[in-house]
Amino acid sequence: MSWITGVGLTRFGSLPGRGALDLMSEAAGAALTDAGLRRENIDGLICGYATTLPHLMLSTVFAEHFGLQPHYAHAIQLGGATGFAMAMLAHHLVDSGAARHVLVVAGENRLTGQGRDAAVQALAQVGHPDYELPLGPTIPAYYGLVASRYMHEYGIGEADLAELAVLMRRHAARHPGAQFRAPITVADVMGSKPIAAPLKLLDCCPVSDGGAACVISRERTGAPGVRIIGAGQAHTHQHVSAAASLTAFGAAPAVARAFAAAEVTLGDVTYLSIYDSFTITLAILLEEIGICGRGEAGAQARAGRFDHDGALPLNTHGGLLSYGHCGVGGAMAHLVETQLQMTGRAGARQARDPGLALLHGDGGVLSSHVSLVVERAR
Amino acid sequence: MSRDCTGGDWTGGEPAIAYQSCAGCRARWYFRRDFCPRCGGRDVALDRAAGTGTVYATTLVARAPTEALRPHAPYLVLLVDADEGFRMMAHGDPRLRIGDRVCARFVRLADRLIPYFDPLSEG
Repeated sequence: MSWITGVGLTRFGSLPGRGALDLMSEAAGAALTDAGLRRENIDGLICGYATTLPHLMLSTVFAEHFGLQPHYAHAIQLGGATGFAMAMLAHHLVDSGAARHVLVVAGENRLTGQGRDAAVQALAQVGHPDYELPLGPTIPAYYGLVASRYMHEYGIGEADLAELAVLMRRHAARHPGAQFRAPITVADVMGSKPIAAPLKLLDCCPVSDGGAACVISRERTGAPGVRIIGAGQAHTHQHVSAAASLTAFGAAPAVARAFAAAEVTLGDVTYLSIYDSFTITLAILLEEIGICGRGEAGAQARAGRFDHDGALPLNTHGGLLSYGHCGVGGAMAHLVETQLQMTGRAGARQARDPGLALLHGDGGVLSSHVSLVVERAR
Repeated sequence: MSRDCTGGDWTGGEPAIAYQSCAGCRARWYFRRDFCPRCGGRDVALDRAAGTGTVYATTLVARAPTEALRPHAPYLVLLVDADEGFRMMAHGDPRLRIGDRVCARFVRLADRLIPYFDPLSEG
C-alpha cells in the first residue's frame, strides 16, 4: 500500500517561454506544498521523458535543477502509459521500504517547444522503422486502423465516438486549467476536419504544454487519505502491424491484475480515470475493461452515466481530449484529478462519492497497459 | 513461391514482400529476425509472399506527417492479412474496405518503394 500525499498540476495549453524543466518544477513544487513536505523529505524521484528535452539522465537533470539529492532516481519510458507506470513503481518502492517519499513528476513544452509538425513526426516514430514508417503513418493513423476494425467488428458509428469528445469537453468547461473549454456538439465533432479516417480533429487529443506531479509516500502526511491499493500491467505488442488482434488488447488482463492485488471488483468502483488519447481509445478501454458492453460507450456517455454527477464519473477534468496532452504529464493529470476528487477538492466538478477509483492508461498503439486502483481511506 | 535466402524485399528496394516461418512450431511472421519469436527456434525460413490477401483494417490519412508526404495525402494506409498467414501494413486503393480481397503491386512514395494493394479481380 502507498499514499498519494500530494498532487500538483499546471494549466495545459500554449505556455510559451516555459521549458520542460520549468513545467516539471512548477508541478513538483505544487505537489510538495500539497503534501506538506520539503525537498529534503524526498528520497525517491521518478520522472518520464520529454520529446523537447531528450536526455540520457532526465531524472538527475531534474533533481539537480529542482534541488533534490534522492537516494533513488531514474526515468521511465512507456509512451502514454508512462504516468501510471511511474506511479505503480513509486507504489512498490514505498511499499517495499526502498523509499519513503517518492516524487513522480512530468512536464513538457510539447506544443510551443517544437510546433505541431515536429510533434506529429516525433510521435509517429513509435512505428516500425523498416516496415511502417516508410508508409507515412501517424499516431492518428495507427489509431485510425484500430478504429476501423473495432467499429466494423462491433457496429459502432462515428457519431457514437463523437459523444466521448463531447463529454470530455463538457467536463473541461468546469476546469479553469483546461486547454479547450468551449462546449462542442456531436455535429461539431462530425464536421471537424479529417485527420486519419474514421478519426477527425475533435476525435484526437491536442498537443499541449503542461506539467503534473504527485508525491507517493509510505505514510500519510496530512488529513487527506488517498492510497494506491493495487496495480497491474500487460504488454502485448509494440507495433500495430504485430498486434495479435485489434479487438482485444491488454486492458482486461492489466485491470484484472490490479483488482486481484487490491481485492476489489469492478462493481466496487465509483470513479474512473481512463486514458483518452482518441475517442476510440476511450471507447475501447471502457468496453474491454467491461465498464460498458461492446459498442455502448458513446450511448452511455450521452445518457450522462459518466458526468461528474452521474453514476460513474469519468475524467472529470476533461481528459487528454480537452484538458490536454503534454506527453507523460497527460495521464498524470488524470491521477491528480482522482486525488482531488477523493479529497473533496474538485470544486464545480466534485463527484458525489468517489470512494474507489480505477485508473487505466495505455502506451504505443494500445500496446502497453497500466492499471491502478486508488481508494479513499476512512 | 520462391525461396529467397538473399532476403530482398520492398524494405530494401526490391519489388517483393517477404515473410518468415519456423520449421519447429510453424509460426509465421513479418518483421525479420533470425529466430522464431514464438518458440525461439533457429530453423527459420525466409520466403517471398504471393502478394494476395484480405483487408483487415484501413485508415485514410489526410494529415501527412512530413512535408515530403503532404502532396500524396490523402492516402489509404491499410493492414492486410496475407494469404500465407502474416499481417502487414501497406498503402492501397482508397475504395478498399475491410474484408476485400486484394493483390499487391509496388509504387514509389517519396523516393521509397512501397507495397500498394488493389482490389483482386476475381476470375
